[in-house]
Amino acid sequence: MKVRVKFFAILRERVGAAAATKEIIEGSSVGQLWQALQQDYPKLAVPGIRLLYAVNQNYVGPDHVLQDGDEVVFIPPVSGG
Amino acid sequence: MYRVSAKPLVLQELVDCVTDPEAGAIATFIGTTRNNNEGRKVIALDYEAYPEMAEKELARVGEEANKKWEICRMAIVHRIGPVEITEPSVIIAVSAAHRDAAFAACRFAIEEIKRSVPIWKKEVYEGGEIWIGTQSGQPLTRS
Repeated sequence: MKVRVKFFAILRERVGAAAATKEIIEGSSVGQLWQALQQDYPKLAVPGIRLLYAVNQNYVGPDHVLQDGDEVVFIPPVSGG
Repeated sequence: MYRVSAKPLVLQELVDCVTDPEAGAIATFIGTTRNNNEGRKVIALDYEAYPEMAEKELARVGEEANKKWEICRMAIVHRIGPVEITEPSVIIAVSAAHRDAAFAACRFAIEEIKRSVPIWKKEVYEGGEIWIGTQSGQPLTRS
């Protein structure tokens, strides 16, 4: 199955793209997707930062199981205001 | 009205949006961009949002405020893209029957925005640029 990943801010810059489609095995968690993406994009991991996970525009925990067609975003520390 | 906008923010539009015959108070907050941060001279700012989720989260902030205080209406607009120094980056307006609720809900909204809404600020300064929040690895409070 496939999920759509969007990258923002520091992650977008490090990846050099705003979005990607990733093939994953059924039952994969969002945390596992993050691990897999680091193989595809060695510069993706920013040392020391803690990410939150969003699936279909809602915050989820790292164990959240992905479904085909999900939109996944890894959220670096926010700094609006 | 809960929005992100690439256009300059206009306070009056938010005030108009929360104007309500049952309100006895409107509190507003304007976050503005300043020319310095932690000893660095900031020459430009750039905001990026995950727009669909940011607007959803802004609306959630409004719903939570509505549960906690007796407010009439709330509006929040956050600027995205390049923002000149001194310009508003975020405006919040809250109307309520009484001022205590309006002030409290307004304060709550800006703190929640800073905590959980997926918007990021990049500071451009002489000699470099930084995505604020990512430089020291501080953890977020939301789990």
